[in-house]
Amino acid sequence: MALAIALIALVISAVLFHVFSPWWYTPLASNWALIDTTLSITLLITGAVFIAVNIFIAWCIVRFRQRDGHRATVQQDNRKLEHWLIGLTALGIAAMLAPGLFVYADLIHAPPKAAVIEAIGQQWQWRFRLPGPDGQLGSTDVRFISPTNPFGLNPADPRGQDDILINAPEVHLPVNQPVKILLRSQDVLHDFFVQPFRTRMNMVPGMVTSFWLTPTRTGRYEILCAQLCGVGHFNMRGYVVVDDEAAYQVWLDKQRVTLASATVNTRPLAPPISGTSPVNALASQGQSLAQSKGCVACHSPTTAAGVGPGWQGLYGKHERLAGGASALVDDAYLREAITSPNSKRVEGFQPVMPKIELNDQEVNALIAYIKSLSAKPAATTARQ
Amino acid sequence: MAYPEQDHAPHSFWTRYVWSQDHKVIAVQYTITAIAVGLVALVLSNLMRLQIGFPGRFAFIDANHYYQFVTMHGMIMVIYLLTALFLGGFGNYLIPLMVGARDMVFPFLNMLSYWMYLLAVLVLMGSFFVPGGPTGAGWTLYPPQAILPGTPGSGGGIVLMLVSLAIFIVAATMGGLNYVTTVLQARTRGMTLMRLPLTVWGILVATIMALLAFPALFVSAVMMLFDRLLGTSFFMPAVVSMGQALAYKGGSPILFQHLFWFFGHPEVYIVALPAFGIVSDLISTHARKNIFGYRMMVWAIVIIGVLSFVVWAHHMYVSGMNPWFGFFFATTTLIIAVPTAIKVYNWLLTLWRGDIHLTVPMLFAIGFVSTFVIGGLTGLFLGNVSTDMPLSNTYFVVAHFHMVMGVSPILAIFGGIYHWYPKVTGRLMNDTLGKLHFWVTFVGSYAIYFPMHYLGILGMPRRYYAYDNYAFIPPSAQQLNAFITVAALIVGTFQLVFLYNLARSAFNGLPSGPNPWGSASLEWQTPENPPGHGNWGSALPEVHRWPYDYSVPGTSTDFLPQTSTSPLGCEAKPDRTAP
Repeated sequence: MALAIALIALVISAVLFHVFSPWWYTPLASNWALIDTTLSITLLITGAVFIAVNIFIAWCIVRFRQRDGHRATVQQDNRKLEHWLIGLTALGIAAMLAPGLFVYADLIHAPPKAAVIEAIGQQWQWRFRLPGPDGQLGSTDVRFISPTNPFGLNPADPRGQDDILINAPEVHLPVNQPVKILLRSQDVLHDFFVQPFRTRMNMVPGMVTSFWLTPTRTGRYEILCAQLCGVGHFNMRGYVVVDDEAAYQVWLDKQRVTLASATVNTRPLAPPISGTSPVNALASQGQSLAQSKGCVACHSPTTAAGVGPGWQGLYGKHERLAGGASALVDDAYLREAITSPNSKRVEGFQPVMPKIELNDQEVNALIAYIKSLSAKPAATTARQ
Repeated sequence: MAYPEQDHAPHSFWTRYVWSQDHKVIAVQYTITAIAVGLVALVLSNLMRLQIGFPGRFAFIDANHYYQFVTMHGMIMVIYLLTALFLGGFGNYLIPLMVGARDMVFPFLNMLSYWMYLLAVLVLMGSFFVPGGPTGAGWTLYPPQAILPGTPGSGGGIVLMLVSLAIFIVAATMGGLNYVTTVLQARTRGMTLMRLPLTVWGILVATIMALLAFPALFVSAVMMLFDRLLGTSFFMPAVVSMGQALAYKGGSPILFQHLFWFFGHPEVYIVALPAFGIVSDLISTHARKNIFGYRMMVWAIVIIGVLSFVVWAHHMYVSGMNPWFGFFFATTTLIIAVPTAIKVYNWLLTLWRGDIHLTVPMLFAIGFVSTFVIGGLTGLFLGNVSTDMPLSNTYFVVAHFHMVMGVSPILAIFGGIYHWYPKVTGRLMNDTLGKLHFWVTFVGSYAIYFPMHYLGILGMPRRYYAYDNYAFIPPSAQQLNAFITVAALIVGTFQLVFLYNLARSAFNGLPSGPNPWGSASLEWQTPENPPGHGNWGSALPEVHRWPYDYSVPGTSTDFLPQTSTSPLGCEAKPDRTAP
């Protein structure tokens, strides 16, 4: 009997939870309303079955539980009933599958007029490439990747010379324009997932994958990596900003920095990470670099250790190094740690820091930023 | 079929309990080992829940450890607990007793199977102690990251994981050949295939699937070992990892995913089918009514087994494979829901007009049906390719597969253990503790996983160490995660009640008598309980009916054992579907 009550209570709480749950889709920001519709149909059908099954069990327990003098009624089979059940089930399945497949046919056919952009994943950062005035993306290959050519552009391909390279984890899209997003990875699997867009795809090294959508709502959305890509996976974040046409043009004009120029674009991101206030311009540049180069995937601007040590209170601290030695964290140490990672690694962390190509000025900026995080009289600095 | 007299009867403690060739002892060895390693995985899951529920509060759970816990939890639970316990534990114990054989047909191979399994477990546990620790690549072990330095345990950890899997597959193959041969060749007189209990059908089909599916995992483990140790490029394209161009070239990460899921999807049913079988028998026995639509149930098991080999790429809708595959795999995946639904209907129709004894095994069996139904239904969201897009790799997936392949098979295992414990020990497990264990586990599982679906719909990605500063995730999601963690800790802790009951009842349980549940199937009709070596004393039993003659009209008892020669009975008539 308790079980019957529990099952009914379960159904009631499930329905109530569903009705009052504050956790639901983020508002749709793309043309894929049909995915939401299919989901709603599926939820309706499966929800009804879930309720029916649990109520039926509860009823059986109440009605047919063991009592004195009660005996089970033997029935071996009922072909007619089973055929009805199979038929109804097949109908329910078809009601979910059919709209699902119709939507899928659209999902995999990008309209020919769709604009093409490229997103590139790397542990644990994003970068983007837009076609230049020729409207075409140049060919690429991982064997061309070098500190001066992080996108792996084929130097022999003239179509790539005018490509717009965005070496920062933020890209803009014009609203109401279909766009096909080509996906590339230089190391491991990643996944380009913007929940309000609904559709998404893995990024696979060695091949180019893609998906398409039409953004329908302006705003700034988070890009998540949704395919486990190593220890920094959870912090591999980017942003996609959907602009109206005018704002998009303004943004686009700012991005026209090509392969020909020595440094690729490292635009500061807005808003800066909360809870930090760089004391000067150099540190401010360092903060932007920390985000655009992906440092923050592993190094938190707080004392919390992530994949690597947290930066707050780090400067001026004596750290124990792997191997037993210890080192004072000063300018010289930080410079070495940035330019030749893993040479003097702090104990307890894995030797996984990539070498990121930075000029002297950029290294100074990062050091200034890390320093600024320890300058405040925070209680944590007393730990040393 | 007559079975030759045994020449491996034990003579000492060592041959009786350690180097034993008796299927019953091997089953207990398998079960205890699987429960022990499952306990490790349970602790790992609670540790990872601590981080998700209370991020940063427990300093020793850093990102590296978190991913290692996630990975080891998943792999241990799926392979080393569920697969080993259903096939090596239940399969070993029940097959010879249920088909009327004196033992497995290859007892020495059977013993070897257990020791290989133990070796695989030890190698896997060894990976906790190598430099860098166990692999943190996720239980799916997707390359390239599984063998590249950005992933924890990409040194010794991943190598030991792959070696352990290969050894496990050797063990499963030895056991599997044995189970299939025994069912097909060593059935006693009168035990036709259509008189087998559904437990045996479930285990038989699952074992055949394991024999066909595990080789795909075996080759992918070997190929990845070659990639990792010898520098081959089966799964490795040219990559620039951590700023270094590596020597790999031309391999395909997606090839690994196809091989993995060609194993991985049947694996779901390798776990589910024995659970289906066990639950069918528990429901029938404790509802004192024959299983409804026995033939349909058998055919559903076989059809599910066959179809499960053509649905694997539904795990790969967003993998970047050719998108046209999506149409095919979405269709096959949703079709498999039909035979699965038939099984659910028939369980319900068995309860209907039954005489439901709410014993502890029955509670767990009903708990299985409820949790399996919700897990199966959410599978329809993920199997239907376009609705999978927003849900893939979110907590919806975690909630779905934990309901369908975590909670529900575990409930079936618990039900099976409470049900057959008197067969193994001659004693009943404590009823009060059993009920306590059921209620906390059943209600707690819903508390953990039901709300988790909604976090997935919100878009919270799984396998995240922390969710700092993600604007689309409201603070309330963190509160919900804390709630889930508390529920998980409670459910985890209460499994100790089960372990206590399991251990204590072996010595202090009430004597059960030979057939405490009034079960009709053959395993309860042995001359001794627990059965001695060779199971059947001097003569093998003769079977005259199916195992579901409960509440037969005109009989004074409410069941007729399979060995009964009574002319009454409700056995399914042979018809066009007889194999």
